[in-house]
Amino acid sequence: MRIVRGMLALGGAALMGLILATPNGRSGLGSGVAIGAGTITLQGSGATFPAPLYQKWFTEYNKAHPDIEINYQALGSGAGIKQFQQNLVDFGASDAAMTDEEIAAVKQGVVLLPMTAGAIVLSYNLLNGPSELKLSREAYVGIFLGKITQWDDPAIAKSNPGVRLPSLKIQPVVRSDGSGTTFVFTSHLSAVSDAWKNGPGAGKSVNFPAAVAGKGNAGVTALIKETPGAIGYVEYGYAMQTKIPMVALQNKSGSYVKADLTSGKDALASVQLPANLRAWITDPTGAQSYPIVTYTWLLCYKKYSDPDKAAAIKSVVQYGLTQGQSFSVDLGYIPLPPNVVDAVSKALAQIS
Amino acid sequence: MTPGEGGTARDIFHLGGQPGEPAAMPAEAEISRPPSGFELGADRVFRRCTLTVAWLTVLLVFWVVVSIGRQAMPSIRSYGLSFLAGTAWDANRAQFGILPAIVGTLYSSILGLAIGTAFGLAIAIFLSEGFLSSGLDRLLGYMRLSEYSWLHSLPGRVENLLRITVELLAAIPSVVYGLWGIFVVIPFIRPPAAWLNSHLGWIPFFGTNLSGPGLLPASIVLAIMVLPTISAISRDALVAVPPKLREAAFGIGATRWEAILGIFVPTAATGIFGAIILGFGRALGETMALAMLAGNANVISWSLFSPANTLAALLANHFPEADKIEVGALMYASLVLLLITLVVNIVGTVILQRADAGLKGLR
Repeated sequence: MRIVRGMLALGGAALMGLILATPNGRSGLGSGVAIGAGTITLQGSGATFPAPLYQKWFTEYNKAHPDIEINYQALGSGAGIKQFQQNLVDFGASDAAMTDEEIAAVKQGVVLLPMTAGAIVLSYNLLNGPSELKLSREAYVGIFLGKITQWDDPAIAKSNPGVRLPSLKIQPVVRSDGSGTTFVFTSHLSAVSDAWKNGPGAGKSVNFPAAVAGKGNAGVTALIKETPGAIGYVEYGYAMQTKIPMVALQNKSGSYVKADLTSGKDALASVQLPANLRAWITDPTGAQSYPIVTYTWLLCYKKYSDPDKAAAIKSVVQYGLTQGQSFSVDLGYIPLPPNVVDAVSKALAQIS
Repeated sequence: MTPGEGGTARDIFHLGGQPGEPAAMPAEAEISRPPSGFELGADRVFRRCTLTVAWLTVLLVFWVVVSIGRQAMPSIRSYGLSFLAGTAWDANRAQFGILPAIVGTLYSSILGLAIGTAFGLAIAIFLSEGFLSSGLDRLLGYMRLSEYSWLHSLPGRVENLLRITVELLAAIPSVVYGLWGIFVVIPFIRPPAAWLNSHLGWIPFFGTNLSGPGLLPASIVLAIMVLPTISAISRDALVAVPPKLREAAFGIGATRWEAILGIFVPTAATGIFGAIILGFGRALGETMALAMLAGNANVISWSLFSPANTLAALLANHFPEADKIEVGALMYASLVLLLITLVVNIVGTVILQRADAGLKGLR
């Protein structure tokens, strides 16, 4: 009995260790099964942010082209990049594109293709509070730095004349897991504030002062909804679908802008994409630009060993760039500007 | 098993069977013949197989420890013991410390275990000491229904139902517990927590306000998760208390409570303690519910209402997006968690052995 118990405990410890030791993400990678002869299956994994849109594209595309199946696993940008580097997938996806260092590690070469764009919003929970809230740049940086701790702080009251703010403690809510969303949000904060840049800095997971953290967009949203006085960052599409209030943020030119299609498009238009199609929009300059906007990228190899796969990927991307863009608005994404669509179509020629 | 055992078995068969005698009943003859060479061979193969599998399990543990240790090595070398004392987890600056996670893991586990043990033991006593049937007897006496004997099987059935219901708690997925914690437990304990904080805030345990996730909701949910383990094993231990002890206890005139608290529970203490250790193991390794409820904040506080972090939650949160240096640090953290679990189990086993030895005369 005793020995059995000891074994059980050891076994438990072993099992736990095993789970932890599994190289991340690989366990979640389902292998594609080709159904009939001539069926091409593309494997992809990566960012969760564009996942709803990508899934929509891939199912719609499959309806029109039954011989091409696409499997997309939303494991997160970091996992996407890693699996892409290890050749476990046919394409990856990332909200943070790839760094030069990461690109250098891929032998076959990398083509970064911005496929869609989205905004990141600040959502809040104030019981019986204002339905409209404006936050200046000092205010939202201060809140996440833990310097502004009360909702009736003068820094918040100043930009909300006539709004009754409760005397309630502010509870910042952030992502506990590493995430492209955090990367985009903290990159923006770093661009806006030196205190942030020299403090927590920008990254997929940073050391947030004074915050509680939830797992994934869903975790953050649940915490915001259940915590009076909470404020946290989530993707626009997610906030739109769960109908939680969103803050109007002060942009670079000083005006307060809510996240929507026009302000998002305006932000995209203010940035010119370089030749490698990689640009982070940390602080758009347009007068009506929403300040926290990002492109999200598909990661493709320059050379595929299987020419059919290369052709299939090109065709899928082309579909996403044209018909696919029409699904963007409903799902809370910003359609790509026409000049970007052209640039991406041209970049497709690099794939062979 | 010793290699000689096969031979012993054959001898026994020889004694039982009567070789050479013509069988009147073929079935009996088949049973009583000596085992064939094939059967002996199969026996040996089976024994070898079980032995191999048993050793493989042991090897697996070592393999896991070694492979984690190897990946953790660079980070152990560069951070050393300061890793255990550091309080920040900042992948951007390659600063890693897990003191808040260690404290949070132990704090939440011990608190959850304390709550879970109190309830689990109470359930075990209630289900093993015939409280339902004595209550029913009295009720039947009042209602003058005592002569209907079929009613007397009722308490046993209700006890079974209760036992199975409690054990069913173990089948609920941990993510469901997490969601339930966020949407039910946290709103439920927020008002009392706010009252305690505003009136008794000078006590360190109530020192902060409960904003949302925190140690207390995490521990409460943890308590419910370890409840089935503790109540089921404790109940088994209480049922196994020797009848002569029970009779003796009541024979010397002990009341029911004196017998339960003074004699039955101490006698079953080994098993109950084993239950608690198993529960502790489960609490230490619990990941998903804690990742959702503890707040994942690197804070060290006495306050029950403060957000906290645990080792398992830290690992679950950071693994998917970790780069090479961070993976090393995470491996180091998992090694620490493994070590804590191992120490808890070893200490538990040692205490159990001591307690068992002291009770040997009673069995």
